[in-house]
Amino acid sequence: MRKSSLFLSFISISLALFLLMFIHASLRKKAEMRSLIQKYETVKQLRLTDLCLFTEASYTRHLSQADLHTAFKDHPASLEHFPSGSLLAPPPMIKRMNENID
Amino acid sequence: MIELTNIRKVFNMGRPNEFTAISGINLRIDTNRMTVFRGPSGSGKTTLLSLIGCMARPTSGRIYLMEKEITSLPERFLTEIRRRTFGFIFQQFNLIKGITVLENVMLPAYPTGERYSSLKKRAMNLLDIFDISKKARDRVEWLSGGEAQRVTIARALVNNPSVVIADEPTSHLDTKLSRELMGMMRRLKEDSRTVLIASHDPVVYESDAVDRVIRIADGKIEEHG
Amino acid sequence: MKTSTERQKNIIDFALSSLLRRKGKNAGLLFIYTLIVFALASVVFFTHAIKEEASIILKGAPEMTVQKTVAGRHDLIPINYIDRIQKIRGVISVKGRLWGYYYDPIVGANYTLVVPETPDPGIGNIIIGEGISRTRLAFEGDSIEFRTYDGKIIDLKIKKILSPESEIISSDLLMISEADFRRLFGTRENYAVDLTLKVRNPRELSTIARKISEILPDTRVILRDEILRTYDSVFNWRGGILIIILAGALLSFVIFAWDKASGPSLDERREIGILKAIGWETSDIILMKFWEGMAISLTSFCSGIIFAYIHIFFTDAFLFEPVLKGWSVLYPHFKLVPFMDASQISTLFFLSVVPYTVATIIPSWRAATVDPDSVMR
Repeated sequence: MRKSSLFLSFISISLALFLLMFIHASLRKKAEMRSLIQKYETVKQLRLTDLCLFTEASYTRHLSQADLHTAFKDHPASLEHFPSGSLLAPPPMIKRMNENID
Repeated sequence: MIELTNIRKVFNMGRPNEFTAISGINLRIDTNRMTVFRGPSGSGKTTLLSLIGCMARPTSGRIYLMEKEITSLPERFLTEIRRRTFGFIFQQFNLIKGITVLENVMLPAYPTGERYSSLKKRAMNLLDIFDISKKARDRVEWLSGGEAQRVTIARALVNNPSVVIADEPTSHLDTKLSRELMGMMRRLKEDSRTVLIASHDPVVYESDAVDRVIRIADGKIEEHG
Repeated sequence: MKTSTERQKNIIDFALSSLLRRKGKNAGLLFIYTLIVFALASVVFFTHAIKEEASIILKGAPEMTVQKTVAGRHDLIPINYIDRIQKIRGVISVKGRLWGYYYDPIVGANYTLVVPETPDPGIGNIIIGEGISRTRLAFEGDSIEFRTYDGKIIDLKIKKILSPESEIISSDLLMISEADFRRLFGTRENYAVDLTLKVRNPRELSTIARKISEILPDTRVILRDEILRTYDSVFNWRGGILIIILAGALLSFVIFAWDKASGPSLDERREIGILKAIGWETSDIILMKFWEGMAISLTSFCSGIIFAYIHIFFTDAFLFEPVLKGWSVLYPHFKLVPFMDASQISTLFFLSVVPYTVATIIPSWRAATVDPDSVMR
């Protein structure tokens, strides 16, 4: 088989796989919708506020509940020492003390 | 068919190493003839072949191909003409290493968009004619001097050119192979092609296949034979 | 018959032959390039999937949470704050929430304890997440020992294990009765950990929040919107490990491009000269270089993306575990839902394929415009 034919076949197969990826994603999403709704209901029922991503520290486990002090609660000069802290952005609202009053 | 009028070629113009390779050549080359440019190294033979074969532009003067002036054509058209009209057999063979003999022969025709199957067939035919089809799938690095030379000739013919230009084709060949080569050149001529050869090898310029010998020295034509 | 397609295919043939001549080098390049695309695409797929899932699931989070702070620290909130907040116009209901963390020294893991309104596990029972079950090797019917705030040991029996599909919210969850919670932590009866509110009109949330801060200045309010925004920007691209991966990827591309941009080698230049001498135009040579670049970059791109998809959505992003786990002992299994959009793929395409292909073509441009005459000499 010609090299160019092999290469173009590979690209065609890849593009077909890309399409398959999107189809798979779409089908999985539909299939998981029930599960997503169930998780939503669980969150509502238990009044949860965060995903369980990083269980190292309180402020990595409950990102949205963290305030300006939680990272330093051990000691005023305590630096970030949890590895997942380097992955996570602080919640955007902690720069404000309260919602929309200043 | 090919006419050169007052051709001059100067290299490194305006620089300290300025050098005039060709100074005022007027020449008419007949079709279906074998013409040999004879002269020592540095006489300007290679430069002349370059100019005739549209591989370089003259510093001044005009070149006519089939009565059409080609000197001032843009590069694209010149390449098109070079591809269609001329087939080159280089002194150093200039085969591309790492690919097969067959691929080397087909290479000049790749950009034409010709169908692969017909191109391959034609290339194999050429290799057959020059008795080297057995080596079609071999790498060119594994060929002997004589075999490489035959591949170069086959490559030169793949686009069915009307003019074949060979620069010192026997420089890497022994006497026997040189004579064989001249036999192949004769066949080309008999195939209604114009053959131009630059050489200082007596096996070439004394061959009875040659119709005309032109002596070149210091960038000028000394005599027409 | 001469067609443009045939011309492309012929030139691709030669471009591939060219690449195959330096098998080792190009295989290495292909491998590294694929690895880079794989890493980048994995990160993109992973973070996007989590963000999308968060945006759906966390819509069920409480509309407003009220925390009490003392000396800058989160403190327990008196239940009587409920009456004061209930009086604010627009508030439908206010409820206290009991939740916290328990460190299990046996396995060194942190659990999130929650007292649910329903289902009530019953005194002496707990409902645990799949992550706890896995980490503790504890199953339905088993008992787990807990050490109370005053040093006593209590045994709680596992009534049920939450489904593995819900691990993203419940992996470390431990549902416990109110009585057991207070017994465990010594939390007094008239205190809760924080309060959650339901309001009549969501557009009044800001107003209500403002009023709460007026009447209860020692409190802090968190809105659902803010929770959702937290997860929108959850993975910090501006610092940390992700920037290192990105920097590494960019650095690699710069090195590739620099290697290419330093121009074709003597051999390559000679080859270009030969091609011109045998009748290839400058445009043919540029096209050949283009396909040389595309062959490597497209192959790497396609392979990288496909492997990344398999990695994230079929193998639960297992390669990220060492990075994401950090110091956690309890690590959820990420069975993520694939949320794909074309903009992710096209961004990755423009970041990877285009620069490399351009870096292959441009240096060869000059060489491609050379006079073929030099080849004769």
